[in-house]
Amino acid sequence: MFARKNGNGGAAGTNGFLIELAGIRKVYRTGALDVEALRGIDLAVRGNEFIAVVGPSGSGKSTLMNILGCLDTPTEGSYLLRGEEVARFSPDRLAETRNRHVGFVFQNFNLLPQITAYENVEMPLLFRGTGARERRERVERLFEQVALLDRMKHRPTELSGGQMQRVAIARALACDPDIILADEPTGNLDSGSGRDIVHLFEELWTGGRTILLITHDESIAKRTRRIVQLQDGKVVSDEMT
Amino acid sequence: MRAAFFRQFLRDVRAQKLRLALTLFGIIWGTVSVALLLAFGEGLRANVLKEIRGLGENIVIGWPMRTSKPWQGLPRGRQIRVTEEDMDLLAAEIPEISSISAEFSTGSVRFRSGRNVVVPQLAGVQPAFGEMRNLIPEADGRFMNDLDAQRRRRCIFLGDELKTDLFGAESAVGRYLYLNNVPFLVVGVMKPKSQDSSYSGRDNEKGVIASRTFRAIFGREYPNNFVFQVADRSKVERARNRVYEVLSRKYKFDPTDREAIMIWDTTEFYGFLDTFFLVFNVFLGVVGALTLVVGGIGVSNIMNVVVEERTKEIGIKMALGAKGRAVIAQFLGETLLITFLGGLAGFAISRGIIALVPAFGLAEHIGTPILSARTAAITASVLGLVGLLAGYFPARAASRLNPVEALRM
Ligand SMILES: Nc1ncnc2c1ncn2[C@@H]1O[C@H](COP(=O)(O)OP(=O)(O)O)[C@@H](O)[C@H]1O
Ligand SMILES: [Mg+2]
Repeated sequence: MFARKNGNGGAAGTNGFLIELAGIRKVYRTGALDVEALRGIDLAVRGNEFIAVVGPSGSGKSTLMNILGCLDTPTEGSYLLRGEEVARFSPDRLAETRNRHVGFVFQNFNLLPQITAYENVEMPLLFRGTGARERRERVERLFEQVALLDRMKHRPTELSGGQMQRVAIARALACDPDIILADEPTGNLDSGSGRDIVHLFEELWTGGRTILLITHDESIAKRTRRIVQLQDGKVVSDEMT
Repeated sequence: MRAAFFRQFLRDVRAQKLRLALTLFGIIWGTVSVALLLAFGEGLRANVLKEIRGLGENIVIGWPMRTSKPWQGLPRGRQIRVTEEDMDLLAAEIPEISSISAEFSTGSVRFRSGRNVVVPQLAGVQPAFGEMRNLIPEADGRFMNDLDAQRRRRCIFLGDELKTDLFGAESAVGRYLYLNNVPFLVVGVMKPKSQDSSYSGRDNEKGVIASRTFRAIFGREYPNNFVFQVADRSKVERARNRVYEVLSRKYKFDPTDREAIMIWDTTEFYGFLDTFFLVFNVFLGVVGALTLVVGGIGVSNIMNVVVEERTKEIGIKMALGAKGRAVIAQFLGETLLITFLGGLAGFAISRGIIALVPAFGLAEHIGTPILSARTAAITASVLGLVGLLAGYFPARAASRLNPVEALRM
């Protein structure tokens, strides 16, 4: 039931990679001081990989995720997503890419508090322009997947942390993305809920999804199939487990 | 999406009650200013036009005078005289003229009815004069007709005030009065009208008889002046020039001699009035619009605060794939909704105020303000423009937020 509609891994680049980063640098200019958050990242991701990105705080994990998710653009380097150079995308095209090809899961959930869980999950479909009937079917199926059918009409504030993160995962899946990017998704959860979330990611991966997970937690990293370690904006190790 | 939009809007309203109330007040105030100023301007214009039309619509009056230029061996300073029969000539030669009448007048005839004696203006005119110059009889009477003229009947048509001077409140139609001791039958009394321009006394103080009768009784050959009407206002100028051509040919004077016939073209004043009121109404509109702009600045201000407070939400929506224009649409939509609601209330209040004007008996002086379709359209356009501008800049700022920074809020 977690299988992707379009089979294994979605569309990939010419040489079989979903994502290819080469020499990615990111420099933040803060007044007189330049902060180099990423100092030349090379990384390739295939469809249906389950990757953990680890590293000390400030090593550039979130910056990397923002670039992968097209929320931010690199200062230098090449980023091919499905074989296309993202640097050439217009702002609208970037938005469309975030909508169709990327699903974000954040540490602090980032649900809109004033609307229901259902409406939160529906939102990406609205931006996509999906018709009402298809929206309804899809949202309900997603709630079934994350086992929250009985909480659809609740506001996020009426849900537990674990439930909120499951709603956020349902929302990330709404437009059937090529990759799920999760930035410390268990960071704000108790260990029990955290385990549930990791279990959900494992199920999604077995169902054919591609998942990139940022985490501090060794035990979580070990449950993925590949661990990429960052330090000072560089990849210091990249190993299969 | 629509439901979410309104829920969001209501939430913003709750969070910003005071500011929103002040803002709405600004918009309402501005709308009322624009609508009322324009409505009063238009009412005033209609009032003035009505007064002017008392004289009749598209009326031109000509007085035969002396020539001011020599012509084909004839000296200048010759007195030009036209006749009543020339009216037929002018009507035949100048198709632009839709109606024409000679006008004889005198101010030295004694009117007597019982003990009441008055010496008003007396005019002798052709039957077309009545309709052309807006001398409309009350229901029980009539104006001079062709038979009165042919038979030189002693019939008279009285201005409403003159009738009151002579007969008091009683009905006058069918009764006799004496002009220098010659009995005349009253055949009609004029419906009261407003008239603020005239050339030989106001019509409601005048007596009018058929020109043929006038000539027979007073032994006059040449009318003091003639009056014609041109149905199509744009053709008045041409008709005027043709009058000079036709009359100069017959009476042998220089057709460019504008002093030989003195002409008062009342439509020139319409042109002036049109310009005057255009400028006047534009001025009022601008004053009102500026008030509305001040209201718009208030709305813009509140929307800036809203955008700031909802930075995080904007960041989330961007991460989910909202395009710039979706963000703009949301905030612009909210601004337009606020403006629309304020404008609606403003219109309602304006209508209320306008409805009260007659109750205060002000209509006589300032006219009845008119909330015409044009006024409404102008107000709505200004309102829409203010709303768009007020909403656009905060909305654009929202759409240009950096999603990463917005998410960090
Ligand atoms: N918007 C920003 N402006 C300036 N410096 C930033 C900004 N975002 C991140 N940084 C800096 O870039 C480096 C990497 O940050 P980040 O990617 O958030 O690390 P991590 O997620 O691994 O903790 C840090 O030194 C951080 O201070
Ligand atoms: Mg981080």
